[in-house]
Amino acid sequence: MLMDTPDEMLATAAAAGDRTAFATLVGRHYARIHGLAWRLTGARDQAEDLTQDICAALPSKLRNWRGEAKFTTWLYRVVVNAAHDLRRRQATRAKASQGWGDWEIARQDEIAVQAEAADWLAQAMSALSPELRDTVALVLGEEMTQAEAGVVLGVSEGTIAWRMSEVKKRLRAKAREDAK
Amino acid sequence: MTDDLDDLRRALKAAPVPDGEAKARAMALAMENFDRLQGSTEASRSSGNRTNAAPLNGVRRMFHYLTSRPALAATTSVAALVIGVAVILPVADLRIGQPTIVDAPEATPVAKKAEPAVAPAPAQEPEAVVVEAPVAEDVARAAGAAQPGAEADPIVAADALAQSEESDIASSAVVAEPVPEALAEEPMAEREAAPAAPAEALADTEMRLRAEAPLDGTLGYVTVPDVTFAPVENTEAYANEAPNPVKVTAEEPVSTFSIDVDTASYAVVRSSLTGGYLPTPDQVRIEEMVNYFPYAYAVPEGDQAFASTISVMPTPWNPGTRLVTIGIQGALPAVAERPPLNLVFLIDTSGSMEDANKLPLLKQSLSLMLSELRPEDQVAIVTYAGSAGEVLPPTAAGDRAAILASLDNLMAGGSTAGAEGLELAYQVAERMKADGEVTRILLATDGDFNVGVSDPEGLEAYVAKKRETGTYLSVLGFGRGNLDDAVMQSLAQNGNGTAAYIDTLNEARKVLVDQLTGALFPIADDVKIQIEWNPSQVAEYRLIGYETRALRREDFNNDSVDAGEIGAGTQVTAIYEVTAPGSDALLNDPLRYGAAPVEGTAGELGFLRLRWKAPGKDQSTLVETPITGTEAATAETRFAAAIAGFGQLLQGSVYVRDWGWDQAITLAVQNRGEDPFGYRIEAVNLMRLAQSLSQ
Repeated sequence: MLMDTPDEMLATAAAAGDRTAFATLVGRHYARIHGLAWRLTGARDQAEDLTQDICAALPSKLRNWRGEAKFTTWLYRVVVNAAHDLRRRQATRAKASQGWGDWEIARQDEIAVQAEAADWLAQAMSALSPELRDTVALVLGEEMTQAEAGVVLGVSEGTIAWRMSEVKKRLRAKAREDAK
Repeated sequence: MTDDLDDLRRALKAAPVPDGEAKARAMALAMENFDRLQGSTEASRSSGNRTNAAPLNGVRRMFHYLTSRPALAATTSVAALVIGVAVILPVADLRIGQPTIVDAPEATPVAKKAEPAVAPAPAQEPEAVVVEAPVAEDVARAAGAAQPGAEADPIVAADALAQSEESDIASSAVVAEPVPEALAEEPMAEREAAPAAPAEALADTEMRLRAEAPLDGTLGYVTVPDVTFAPVENTEAYANEAPNPVKVTAEEPVSTFSIDVDTASYAVVRSSLTGGYLPTPDQVRIEEMVNYFPYAYAVPEGDQAFASTISVMPTPWNPGTRLVTIGIQGALPAVAERPPLNLVFLIDTSGSMEDANKLPLLKQSLSLMLSELRPEDQVAIVTYAGSAGEVLPPTAAGDRAAILASLDNLMAGGSTAGAEGLELAYQVAERMKADGEVTRILLATDGDFNVGVSDPEGLEAYVAKKRETGTYLSVLGFGRGNLDDAVMQSLAQNGNGTAAYIDTLNEARKVLVDQLTGALFPIADDVKIQIEWNPSQVAEYRLIGYETRALRREDFNNDSVDAGEIGAGTQVTAIYEVTAPGSDALLNDPLRYGAAPVEGTAGELGFLRLRWKAPGKDQSTLVETPITGTEAATAETRFAAAIAGFGQLLQGSVYVRDWGWDQAITLAVQNRGEDPFGYRIEAVNLMRLAQSLSQ
């Protein structure tokens, strides 16, 4: 029965103190949180830590749940903000891009075949600014519409459109560089 | 290229499968926290059963942290509360005020084990009191967004609270009512009457939540501000003058200006365009756009400090005129022989520097640069914000760990006392100085000097005086919205340095790594250019750009008049548009009584005079070259012309007539040359962007 309950209902019940609803909700979305955390940080271990932090903070965060948006949109915003805080704590972008480097190494160890594609991703992502990375993670990784991504990131749809064109431009530049 | 996007999409979809163990751990922690939260809710419920009070709990919590209970209890309304907090704050800890107790009996929280948590109450706000901090956190954070560091500043937080009060409370008077009571009660429940065990659990939970504070903001109605875009209201100020007018050679045959090696304007234009809006005309300084690009001019021979290259070509935007391009190439002394360098990083750590494209980018830029320094170089770090401080005493550049550590520790916060910081930086620079070394202060700021001597002219005079000590001052601008380009320009010009604007890490690399030698090692000081045009060949002329660099004719020979510096290996380009006598393109009627030209110079277009001083010297050297009009144009000068056209299009100049973006783009693309760093193609893309934006 709980399995069929919409997210929004579960969240409201959880906010009101329903333990089972909360457990169902977290279980249902753990993979989603983890996936986005990975896309935002580019490092598997960081994604895991971030996901755990988010899970730990969710009970108190749910107090702010007003049911005004889709639960997933709300959740994405929580994840994005948590990732921003993480980045801020890491202090420099150097470390952020190193994350992609570490991840790349681990990844190569794991799956030799996929190494090449992964390498490309790490390079492509580290060529983008954090804002662009966030946008790409949501629009391409989570397959959100530009409007939805705008809601999550708190910017206008036009901004997302512009960022995506900026991403294309960067990728094109990178492709040119790769060709050289 | 959608291919690339598809690749990226595919790669991003391949997220690693979450680790089952990690999931179990996270879930367990989530449930644990959930239970704690429920438990504490029950404990706090005993202090009164108010529905709909939840949005205010955080506010109450905030008050609780901000001030002492008696002070609060004495107030009677929310509005008064807010004011009370702001006023009483400074003495709050002294516990002045009589200990009024409101509702004491009810506050005994002990065993009202309340209703079981199961009670399904959808649509109803949770009634947590004690552990609920989010609202207050959010409010503080919202304030923090505007003024980072606000969390540490109760007064600001209280202000924000006063604002949030409107939005939270105004909608419902009913909600506002119970607050004073609640305020008095809650501390009771928590401090006095709560039995030991729950209190402990509470403290524990609270600590956890505190520890998670960074995670705890920005939900729902508060979103993280986007730092990429210039805010609607900004306080930027730009230094610029009206474009140079066309001059009649017969009336004013001599044109004099100081060279300008700044590149800030180009980066500002780029940041505006990529942000999706056209730069305003006063943000465009054409010479800085032209000089942004490296050009392959002839290198100086022998021990000459620099070489000049002249070329003459038809004007792209006007068939009736010609462009005379003067390119100056500074010598590049063998890098191995460069003198030791003393660098003082003067870093603005004011609150406005918090954004990702300011302080964090700055830290990274400087650490990039660090790897280019030699062990014998010295680095010191001075910050300014509220109070100026020497964060890192002069340290050998070889001690990277120490330098990186102090860079890493820089935090934004406080307001800006630029003048004080500058003074301290000059003092530190003085200590580092030794014979044969180059000493330079690198001021990194968003241009905000809002405390202390904020009078730009006073600062200028100070910097101009300090220039005599031989210390150079360069300015690196960061971020938008607050950028005081005018102050940056005047400081760099008066401090014998360059002003660059850094909007991306790539730009940082260009300015601080690729061009480190040029940016930091001057080879010629006070470089002035004077051109005398021959009225028999040039009836009218117009200098494109350099409006802020004009010099009086008599200043050319006056060595005490300051002018621009050229760094090792850098290029400077100046472009004139000239019109021959009798041309249809003349804008003025010829004079009836012109002077007869000097014999034997009839064919010359003009005469170029360059004056410069060797670094640290007082006497200038003069170099003279005739402009014959037969000097051929190259791809380099044509590209420079394309950029000059770009700048004029952005300014909405009348001189480019019906020449448009398409022509500018074609000209730039055709003369892109080798472009090893991709700077030129980037300019082409910016032109395309500007073209679409201007439609």
